[in-house]
Order: sequence, then C-alpha cells, then structure tokens
Amino acid sequence: MSLVELKGVVKRFGTNTVLDDVSMNVERGEIIAVIGRSGSGKSTMLRCINGLEPVQGGTVVVDGETVSAPGADLRALRQRVGIVFQSYNLFPHLSVEKNITLAPRVVKGIDPGTARELALGVLRRVGLAEKIDAYPDQLSGGQQQRVAIARSLAMQPKLMLFDEITSALDPELTGEVLKVLEQVAAEGMTMILVTHEMGFARRVATRVVFMHQGRIWEEGGAREVLEKPRTPELATFLDAVLH
Amino acid sequence: MIREFAAIDVYYLLLAARWTLALTALAFVGGGLFGIVVALMRVSPFMPLRALGAAYVNVVQGIPLLGWLFVFFFGLPILASVQVSSWVAATVAFSFYAGAFLGEIWRGCLQAIPRQQWEAGAALGLGFGEQLRHVIVPQAVRVAIPPTVGFLVQLIKNTSLGAVIGFVELTREGQLTNAATYRPFTVYIAVAAIYFAMCFPLTQLSRRLERRLRVAR
Amino acid sequence: MNYRFNFRDIWAQTDFILEGILVTLALTVVTMLSGLVIGTLGAAARVHGPRWLSTMVAAYVEVIRNTPLIVQLFLVFFGLPSAGIRLDAMTASMIALGINLGAYSTEIIRAGLEAIPRTQVEAGRCLGLSGVQVFRHVVLFPAIKVIYPALSSQFVLIMLATSVVSQISAPDLFHVASIIQSRTFRDFEIYAVVSGIYLALALAMKLGFAAIHHLAFGRR
Ligand SMILES: Nc1ncnc2c1ncn2[C@@H]1O[C@H](COP(=O)(O)OP(=O)(O)O)[C@@H](O)[C@H]1O
Ligand SMILES: [Mg+2]
Repeated sequence: MSLVELKGVVKRFGTNTVLDDVSMNVERGEIIAVIGRSGSGKSTMLRCINGLEPVQGGTVVVDGETVSAPGADLRALRQRVGIVFQSYNLFPHLSVEKNITLAPRVVKGIDPGTARELALGVLRRVGLAEKIDAYPDQLSGGQQQRVAIARSLAMQPKLMLFDEITSALDPELTGEVLKVLEQVAAEGMTMILVTHEMGFARRVATRVVFMHQGRIWEEGGAREVLEKPRTPELATFLDAVLH
Repeated sequence: MIREFAAIDVYYLLLAARWTLALTALAFVGGGLFGIVVALMRVSPFMPLRALGAAYVNVVQGIPLLGWLFVFFFGLPILASVQVSSWVAATVAFSFYAGAFLGEIWRGCLQAIPRQQWEAGAALGLGFGEQLRHVIVPQAVRVAIPPTVGFLVQLIKNTSLGAVIGFVELTREGQLTNAATYRPFTVYIAVAAIYFAMCFPLTQLSRRLERRLRVAR
Repeated sequence: MNYRFNFRDIWAQTDFILEGILVTLALTVVTMLSGLVIGTLGAAARVHGPRWLSTMVAAYVEVIRNTPLIVQLFLVFFGLPSAGIRLDAMTASMIALGINLGAYSTEIIRAGLEAIPRTQVEAGRCLGLSGVQVFRHVVLFPAIKVIYPALSSQFVLIMLATSVVSQISAPDLFHVASIIQSRTFRDFEIYAVVSGIYLALALAMKLGFAAIHHLAFGRR
C-alpha cells in the first residue's frame, strides 16, 4: 500500500475550488517535487495531507489512516507526518532545544534527559548542535529554517512535507537549507516538497508533479517533466522560472 | 455637630483606602477567573461558545456599573433568599464586571499571536489545549501584562461606586468625613489625591511595560 | 426562590422614565460635544503647543485619568461652592463630564495625530501642497480614521458613565430609577429595567457609530 493516497480530492474555500479532483499516490522512499504557479493549490494540497485543511470531496489516506474521514485521529497522524513552512514558525518564546522537544515531551511523554539527547541528535543532522540553547531571534533565517526541519525530524516522521521552505531566504542562505534537505532525502525519508528550485528538483526528486489551476496537470520523472513539457502551460511555467 | 477637618481625617481616609485596595484585589481575582473563561470561550473553535462569550461581554459593557451594583445588590438576595452584605454584593458585581473587560483584553492578546503559531503546534501533533498552554498563552502573557495593569487603574477608580451600596471605601469615607466637617473642597481634594497616589504609579508602570514590549519586538 | 416579580408598578411610571432617558441623552450629547472640543484643543496643545502649555495639558490628562469620575463630580458640585461658585446639579454634571471626557479625548486625538508618519507630511510638502492642504488631506482624514473607533467607544462609555450624576440628584435616568424605587419598593425590578434601557441605548449608539463609520470610510 502506498504511504500517501489522494483520490479525487476536492477542496473549496467558499465558492473558490482550489483543489479539483486531485489524485496521487506516493510510495515509501519517494521524493516528490511539486511545482506550479503561485495560487495553483500546492500549499493547500500539502495541508490536506496532514489534515490542516478539511476536504470537501475524495479521500486522503496516509499510512493507512483515512485523514479525510470525520473522526480521523489527526493528532496521531501528525506525529507521523512532519511539515515545514516557508515562514519557519518557530516558537519565539522557546529555546532551540525546547522548540524541538516540546512535542516529543508533551505528546510522546519522553523525559527531559532523553529529550535533550534527542534535540542534540537532530540538531547534528542539520549542522546546528552548537545552537541548542539559542533563541530563534538569535538565528539567521537559514538557521531558523534548519531548526524547523530538526523540530520536525525529532518526531521521527514517516513522511515530511516541505512548503517552499527556501522562498523566504536570501540566495546565499538557500544553499545551506537545500543541503540539509538533500541529506534527509539521502537517509531514505519520504518527502513531498513544494519548490521553485528547479535544479534541486531535478537532482533530488524521484518524481515531479506540476500543478495548474488546482489540478495535477503533468507528472513524471524529474528529467522527463522538466525537460520535455507536454503541455503549453508547463512549458510557459518552466520558461518563466528558468529565466 | 460640625468639627474641624484635621490630620486625623486624612489618616481615616488612608485607612479607608485599604478597603478600596481590598475590593480591587477581590474584584481582580474574581474578574480574572471570569476573564480567563471568557477569553478562552472567545478563541475556542466552537461557535456557540464564542457567541456566548461575545454576548456576555456586550451585555456587561453595555450597562453602567451602577446598574450592575444595584442589580446584584437587590438581585442576589432574591436568588439566595438571604440578605447579602455589601461586601458580597460588591465583590460579585465587580468580578462580573471586570471579567468582561479582562476577558476582552486577554482575547485580544491571544488573537495577537499569529495563526501560524497555532498551526505549527497542530502540525506537531499538539491538541487545542496543548497549543494554548505551551505555545499561545506563554506568548500572550507578555503582551497582556501592560493592558492588564492599565485595567487595574480602571478597577481602583471604579470601586468608588461601591459607595452607593454602602460599601465603605475611600469615596464613602470621604462623604462621611464631609458630613462631619463640612469641608467638601478639602475633603474631596484629599480623596482625589489618594486615588491619584494609588493609580498614577500603576499607569506609569503600565506605560513603561508597554514601551519595553514594543522595543523587544 | 419564592420572590414574586412585579413589573406592573414600573409600567405605570413610563412617562417619568422617558423624561429620565431624555435627560441622559441630553447630558450625553452635551458631554460629547464639549469633550470633543476640549480634546481637540488639548491634543493640538500637546502636539503643537509651547512646552509649558503642553506640560499643563499633560498634567490635566493625568489627574483626570487617575482619579474617579464620581470624586471629580463631587468636587465640582460640593467643592466649588466653598470657592464661591454655586452650580445646580445639571450644570455641575455637564462640567464634570465634559472635563472628564476631554482628558480621554485629548489622549485619543493626540495618538491619532501622532500616528501619521512624518514622511507622509514631508511627501505632501514635496508635492507642492500648502501647510493647510497637507493638514487637510494628509493629516486630518487619516488621523480621523485612526481616532474614530477609539473615540466612538469612549462616547458609549461616557453615556453609561453619565449615570453617576444621579449621585448629586441630577434628574437623569438613573436618578429617576432611584425615585421610582423609593415610590414602589420594587428595587430589583426597576434597576433591571433601567439597566436594560441603558443596554439598548449603548447598542443603538454602537450601531449608529458603525453606520457613520461605514458611510464615511466605506468598506474597510
Ligand atoms: N485559508 C484560505 N481561505 C481562502 N482561500 C484560500 C485559503 N488558503 C488558500 N486559499 C486560496 O487557494 C488558492 C490556492 O492557494 P495555495 O494552495 O496557497 O496556492 P500555492 O501554494 O500554489 O501558491 C489561492 O487562490 C488562495 O487564494
Ligand atoms: Mg504556497
């Protein structure tokens, strides 16, 4: 069974249909790059996958749990599905350690000693072990985003969602975050990432999904989609982002 | 018999100011409890609770404090079938009244925390209560302190109306002193000065805290 | 609870209650106007006035905001006669309420004036507008937009606060209530009814101010 199964998903905000019959399967270990113009529904699709947005039609199944069912255990689901946002969303009142260990302590009930070890472990993976006692406002944007990734990793998720996590960063900080992503990918994590970094998508993604007007317009292997667009919409889009 | 206004009268006024402060403290504790409930109701994901909270605030804030004092003073005995002291009536009325204002202040502070913070908590698997307790409230408290101190000033001044249901605090003591000495100007200047001495430092504190908060951002 | 509510005696006093409502409304309108005038002058003095005047206005605002209205009222009504100034209850009420609202309005209007960034004024001057034109188009309208919500809720608060004038027997709605109370001994009922009337007045004011806001500033 696939890790993620979207079947005919429909999402509306009022009368605005934002996801229109979206179907997609993601296997374990896959790395999906989602591309598309602003407003095409990329973020909304990610948010539907971890139940931050309820859907109006179709089904969303993640790791055997039907997210779109009325009584779904979203809290249990979210322990298995991490999400990292464009705007980091670290907790400004908590140190890096506490940011990372809040959910493991509160939700999983691990003890403080183990928690610090856990924090150190994930911080090493993002190369920020020395910042364990810093506060978010003492870190650069790139460092904050890496902490956000570490915070997500600390829940030991089976799936990670990344929503344009380098879009708010200066170009020189983008590299360090992408490097971390690449490494997480190399460790075998299943990932769905919305990105405008085409070079990165080509290098790392096993599959590229192009969204347009709330639909999956084209999908396929990274090379194939990025180099041989079949639809004029994708061709126009690629033209715009590559120049 | 009319006597002279003397130093001893100032002393009595100061003693009465203790009851002003005591009533303020009681009202703040009671109002704080109401206020927490109201603020939480107003940010809850459950619509009827939000509506109920809003209704409470609008009704309390739409009626003069004098009205509430009398409604509780005469209404509580009907409810409880026993006479209640002005202490009880005043404490209940002021708590009820302060709860609406504090609830509104604190709701604003909770809502000042960006929606993304709730969401980041939810995305980590925290439930509503856990998001509130670990993510939202600790941030909101910092924002809440200056306006809460500011409200304390309102409360101190408002307790002066407790006089109308016979609660002897600073203003009532002023009336009594005036009746005995018939020196209204002197007496009420002294009363005003004592209120000012209690309120002004708090006003300044509230301002300073607010400035510090703004700088910290 | 075996109390028997009785609102009939209060119904019989409708005309009297209406008189009280009129007095309360009249007091509110007069207070709003005088508070607005004092507040505008006070804010102008605070922002543009010479230092001594600005300091004096600041002191006035602090003294008023850190003492209870009822004590201010007692000072005007009971205190001033010993300085040879004798006022009837209505006049004393209007003076005390106006002075009180004036202090709050001064602060609100000052904050509104200071909310307009200096760069806006400079930009206006750079476009060749005169001082008066800048004030009208760049300062005044945006400032009113900032001031309006705070000021209109202050107006509702002062309407409710006019009830304290009952304590010096000015014939407002709340004083009417206390007279009806002593006539009918229906303590709870009369205060519940009168409270309901204040609530209706407050809601009507809020709606009115919201409507004006909508007309003046459009959707936004
Ligand atoms: N909370 C919301 N309420 C109303 N409309 C929304 C909301 N979130 C997103 N939308 C709308 O959904 C559409 C898709 O948004 P989004 O998924 O954020 O696009 P993308 O991430 O591809 O830029 C947009 O038209 C946006 O305006
Ligand atoms: Mg997006």
